[in-house]
Amino acid sequence: MGAIVESLHVDFALARRNFDVELSFGLDHGLMAIAGPSGSGKTTLLRTIAGLERPMRGRIGFRDESWFDSERRIDLPPEKRRVGMVFQDFALFPHLSVRDNVAFGGTDRADEMLERMRLRDLQHERPVSLSGGERQRVALARALATNPLVLLLDEPMASLDPALRNEVRAELRDLLGEVAIPTLLVTHDFEDAAALAETIAVMADGKLLQVGTPSELVAAPRDGFVASLTGANVIKGRARAAGDGLSRVDLDGGHTVYSTDAAEGEVDVVVYPWDVAVSLELTQGSTLNHITAPIDSSVVFGNRTRVRLGPVVAELTSASSERLGLEKGMTAIASFKATATRLIPR
Amino acid sequence: MRWFQLLLIIACAVVVAFLLLPLVALFLRVSPGDLIAALGSGVALDALIVTLKTSAIAHLLILGFGTPAAYLLATKRWRGHSATVALIELPLVLPPVVAGIALLSVFGRLGLLGETMDVLGISISFTQAAVVLAVVFVASPFFVRQAIVAFEGVDTGLLEAARTLRASPWRVFSRVALPLAARGLATGSALAFVRGLGEFGATIIFAGSFRGVTQTLPLAIYGELDQDFEAAIAISVLLVLISAALLTAIRWVPSWNPFTLTSR
Repeated sequence: MGAIVESLHVDFALARRNFDVELSFGLDHGLMAIAGPSGSGKTTLLRTIAGLERPMRGRIGFRDESWFDSERRIDLPPEKRRVGMVFQDFALFPHLSVRDNVAFGGTDRADEMLERMRLRDLQHERPVSLSGGERQRVALARALATNPLVLLLDEPMASLDPALRNEVRAELRDLLGEVAIPTLLVTHDFEDAAALAETIAVMADGKLLQVGTPSELVAAPRDGFVASLTGANVIKGRARAAGDGLSRVDLDGGHTVYSTDAAEGEVDVVVYPWDVAVSLELTQGSTLNHITAPIDSSVVFGNRTRVRLGPVVAELTSASSERLGLEKGMTAIASFKATATRLIPR
Repeated sequence: MRWFQLLLIIACAVVVAFLLLPLVALFLRVSPGDLIAALGSGVALDALIVTLKTSAIAHLLILGFGTPAAYLLATKRWRGHSATVALIELPLVLPPVVAGIALLSVFGRLGLLGETMDVLGISISFTQAAVVLAVVFVASPFFVRQAIVAFEGVDTGLLEAARTLRASPWRVFSRVALPLAARGLATGSALAFVRGLGEFGATIIFAGSFRGVTQTLPLAIYGELDQDFEAAIAISVLLVLISAALLTAIRWVPSWNPFTLTSR
């Protein structure tokens, strides 16, 4: 045949209440994240690969192994698919010890996995006495102990304490780095996806919108949806040429901004919060875009503070925010360069 | 609102007193010595043996068929599913005497299957097998109903997780569903067993009351009532003790409700 077959190949359609999930992609090696809002069909995708849900039509397989093929009437049950799955709530067996959980699917590699996931000291504990991060490691060890061909992770960070998020994320990245099999992870959080995966596929309403590295998605989002998922400000407006290679955009809210992107007509203006500076007085400088508005909210995330004023959110260091004495209700100026302002036609 | 609190307390006291008083009276009528003496009498001993034997066999049948049936009813849905569940529960509300007549009309000499079985040389009515069938008929819904609830209470995610861990359907059932439903199954099992011990109406119609063959403890109580009232009371006390012991024993079965895992 000569056709190149990716290790994991997925191409199927499945009806959901509001929309059809229609996906086609392959994964050879490494870690790919599917990012999208809740209800976009991400979990359905993983469940379908694992054999817990049956598509209307299509093909799912690994190399020359066929797991599902509607034309050839193949539909292997989950236990025959060699898929390792980590469920969102981890789905640990409450009546079994850590060790028995890990050994449930395969006793041969149980010791190795307990060792690798640093669970040896906890092996006689019951899941109820473990922390969120520890439960996650048990779920991972249990899935990997079966020697799967692919690893699927459903929102691995969602049921964890937000306070421990960064710590657990770094730990999970290290652990996943050692996993030598194709890994598919779904998450609603672009930051999690960017921190854990080399490739991110953005999903909405059951379809893949854009696939790329995290920096590709941030640099060139296909549309306003992808941009806002990556954390950008997306503001609607009308663009027209303004000379000097600039476009002038009248924002729907009443302000005017400039961009080095060429566009005409209805556009989404995309600007990342970390490209927006906040000041109290208009200063002379190279920055072209200034929006003066009262501060709607100011939220501290550790050493960063997110300030919303008018249509934009700015992200600055908490130190700068304190130095300026930014508070809700104060009028301030959000400034950002025309070169940091992307225009996406709608 | 004080009068309302008072009303609640009075109502509760009346309920408790009414339910407890007859039991207390039973125990006041018979001393432990009398109890043992009465049980030494032939009638009580014969009835105890018949009861234990038929109950044990009936219970094995209930558990053996009821557990897989309940698992299927709890985990799969099909057309007529709820009708099936309703039919299974019907004997719960059926007067036991009616159950006895119904059993006779199936297995009796003139019943639905009676003629066929006659040809084969099998006769069930008025034998110990009839006692077993009567107990199974009236007691099994108590178990099956509870078992369905118990299996439905097992988190589907855990059953799915087991499957992705390459467990066969049998292994999913035996290693995950069964242990996680254990508490509910034990409760249902005890309820069915106690109900079976006390079975009277269907048994006397379908199996008769022949001492040493089909006369169970409740039938013996009824038989002794006008001959030896003290013996009737002694047997009654025995039934109360067995039932109470079983219901207490359920509490020793571990419970794995979902909250034991999600609580921090």
